[in-house]
Amino acid sequence: MPEVQLVNVIKKFGKIVAVDDVSLQIHDKEYFSLIGPSGCGKTTLLRAVAGLIQPDEGEIRVENKLVTHIPPEDRSIGFVFQTYALFPHMNVWDNVTYGPRVKAWGNKERTRIGREMLEMVRLYERLDALPSELSGGMMQRVALARALAAGAKLLLLDEPLGALDAKIRFELRYELRKFVKDLGLTAIHVTHDQAEAMAISDRIAVMRKGKILQVGTPQELYMKPQHVFVAHFIGESNFLEGYVTEVNKKGSVVGLRGRLTIHVSDKTKNKGERVVLMVRPETFKMEEGRKKGVNSMFGFIEKLRFEGTNIRYEVLLENEDRIAIARPTLIGEWFNVGDKVTVRFSPNKSYIFTYPSKGLREELTLE
Amino acid sequence: MKVGERKSGRKIDLADSAFTKFLDSLSSKPIIRYVVYSCAVVSFFGLILIPPILGILLKWNTMGQIFENPDLMSRAATAISSSFAIALFVSLIDLVAGLPMAWFITRGRSRWLSVLDTFTDIPFVVPTVTLGYSLLLFWSGPEGVSSLFEGSLVSPGWLLIILLHFTFSFPIVVRVMVGGLLDYERTYEEAARTLGAAPLTADRTVTLPILKPSLIASFVLAFARSISETGATMMVAGAFENGPVLINNLKTAGETGYEGALVFVSFILIAVSCLIFLVIRLLGTRLKIPIKKIRPAIERKLSGHGVVTLRNGGTLLIFLVLVLTPSLFVALPAIQAISDGTINQAVTATGVWGGYWQSLVLSYFVGTIATILNVILGLPMAVLIARRRIGTLSSTILDVLVNIPMIVPSIALGISLSFFWKNFAFFPEIWLLILAHMSITYPYFVRSAASAVERISIDLEEAARTLGSRPFTVFRTIILPLTKYSLLAGAIMVFTRSVSETGATLAVVTELQTVPVLLVSWVKSGSGMAPSEIGLGCGFLIVLSFIILLILRLVARGHQHA
Repeated sequence: MPEVQLVNVIKKFGKIVAVDDVSLQIHDKEYFSLIGPSGCGKTTLLRAVAGLIQPDEGEIRVENKLVTHIPPEDRSIGFVFQTYALFPHMNVWDNVTYGPRVKAWGNKERTRIGREMLEMVRLYERLDALPSELSGGMMQRVALARALAAGAKLLLLDEPLGALDAKIRFELRYELRKFVKDLGLTAIHVTHDQAEAMAISDRIAVMRKGKILQVGTPQELYMKPQHVFVAHFIGESNFLEGYVTEVNKKGSVVGLRGRLTIHVSDKTKNKGERVVLMVRPETFKMEEGRKKGVNSMFGFIEKLRFEGTNIRYEVLLENEDRIAIARPTLIGEWFNVGDKVTVRFSPNKSYIFTYPSKGLREELTLE
Repeated sequence: MKVGERKSGRKIDLADSAFTKFLDSLSSKPIIRYVVYSCAVVSFFGLILIPPILGILLKWNTMGQIFENPDLMSRAATAISSSFAIALFVSLIDLVAGLPMAWFITRGRSRWLSVLDTFTDIPFVVPTVTLGYSLLLFWSGPEGVSSLFEGSLVSPGWLLIILLHFTFSFPIVVRVMVGGLLDYERTYEEAARTLGAAPLTADRTVTLPILKPSLIASFVLAFARSISETGATMMVAGAFENGPVLINNLKTAGETGYEGALVFVSFILIAVSCLIFLVIRLLGTRLKIPIKKIRPAIERKLSGHGVVTLRNGGTLLIFLVLVLTPSLFVALPAIQAISDGTINQAVTATGVWGGYWQSLVLSYFVGTIATILNVILGLPMAVLIARRRIGTLSSTILDVLVNIPMIVPSIALGISLSFFWKNFAFFPEIWLLILAHMSITYPYFVRSAASAVERISIDLEEAARTLGSRPFTVFRTIILPLTKYSLLAGAIMVFTRSVSETGATLAVVTELQTVPVLLVSWVKSGSGMAPSEIGLGCGFLIVLSFIILLILRLVARGHQHA
């Protein structure tokens, strides 16, 4: 079964460490995504799994077989490139049946699988077309059919939807997942689009600077980020700086500037520790005027933006911290710029992280 | 470096002098642009394309002479057909040997490969006449490989011509294919590998078909050089005649009734070359590289480490034995010249050396003037072609026409040029020489300039226009800085090509002697020149050429940093 294991994989390009001691296990028939900002090493890792580059150190196993030094043509993988890499001198049919031909499968088998794959991606009637005659979405589907026709059990996708228009990207992402699930494949999908990864993955690994920060289901990454960067990269977050002033059996108390005290359920940090408090914009409730209560903060609305599904407010708090708040449009509440409001959130919907040694701004940078 | 100070050479002078302001205001007037472009087009037709055609037409009637002389006719037919047969054979061998070499250079991992890359340029830059003499000594002289055997291993004749043509055209194929491979998007190859293709299968079925334009270009260039080469071929031909050698023999014999043969041979060589070029141009796109049949097991074995090492070793051996060593063999008599005192005579310009230095100066003078004129006339032409300024069809036609001087045998072109210009009695020989060299080298600059301009996205030009620059400022601040290395490389190519040109020179001159022509006359039997003297004469020319190679390399390196 195509189960992929990476053990202490390191890859350097000159002085740059592209992949820094990564260990990872991808289960059989799993749709797995690698996400992170550009240059985080996700593509390098994928290319190492494909055998297109050799890791400097570490092991790569597929189905419990060591493949680190096996050339790409012997790995039974399917690779979909961001640029699709459809051979420009061959038509759709020759592209799709290229794998069966170079693997010397019988004529019948080749025709059968070529037809099956092209029908699956609904392009059988275009088999005579050259790649240059196809639209972006069609090229993407041919690239997928070609990778699958070669008999791949492990599908590797490098930004497969990156070059497409937003609407088509949206449709194709679900189709991609459906194909993988229908055919019982294992897929590793590299993208920098967290929304795309969240929507289609069974599990996701978030990478930054060659390292994996957290691996988990989309829900886990969203609900329980273990790293301040993950909280920042997955979904949206407000970050407020403060100190733990008390730890009790209900949780911790965090002191923000302006003597604002916040209660959180998290008890993992020590009293006196410098922390970053994270609250997602969609967790806030908002009322007019100054109200008392747990985790209530007073301020006024500085900016407002209508985004369709949500209305986004930017609130300047009394203590001069700024927070972003998203409220569903259809609940029918409406505030205006300049309105004085109290915002609140429940203690179990926020998280605290140890303040990063390099500073918060440096820790959150996407460069 | 002080704060605010920038690396020199990168700064583009945007400050407007009165002169650039004047040119700027001129350049936004459409009429001025028309004038500049029409000057380029008119000079191309008037100086380069039409005169040789008219030259042939003027002498058309004399052609009848050859049909009355069956001996001469059969001699001409043999010479012409052997020219094309040799060119075809050599270009095919070039591809067979050059492709693995290009692969080795671009795909290997050793850092010595860049040294090898430089070495492959040597026969390209060294003037072909010195190559000719070097090969003559190596293959046939008493001190070359022949000394290992009894008597001469390869005596002058068709086989030595083939060896010579291989030596100087092999680097062309390597150069073009290396360029193609470096530009090639390797993702295609990677895609083929992930689909299960062995390296050889991926190269054969994906990379090579995508690189077909480079393959065709390198074949055409090698073919054209082989058809055209005259001086060195004369040195190694012995009694054998190919087209250019025959033309020269006819011209020097000067007997009555030979003029018709001269016209006939020149015309056929030019016409057939153009025809072949046209056929390749038209059929090239339809030509399919066979990729349907795949034998995975065999191809996989052939992709193995051992086979690849063997292939690279073999390629290297061919390069060393057939190209590099024969090219550099002339160093031996040149070194001998240092020890036996010939060099003293040379430096003090005693005896024949006075004429040698005069020829050298003449060669470099003609080269410089031809280069300058070609840059001035070629630059607007290159922009015209690259930017399709006069419509797609006419630009494409121009693009094809511009190549003609490069693909026809230079001696035939020279003969027809002189037929035309000799009608003007006042026309001094030196100008005829410069014109002939301009014609031969014109395509080299225009082609390299046009492809450099083509590589610049038109968006950059449009962005500059929207930011408020006038056309001349766009050219000065955007196009020129981005293409200057290619332009310089093109100009250097024109210059080296002019300095080593023999065929066209022999065709047009009666008194003047450029250095390659002088060296050919030294080598030709009966001159009584010692090998150390000829070797030294070649040596000076080679040293100068190496200096140019060095400049080319520096330019190329500057290009990488840019």
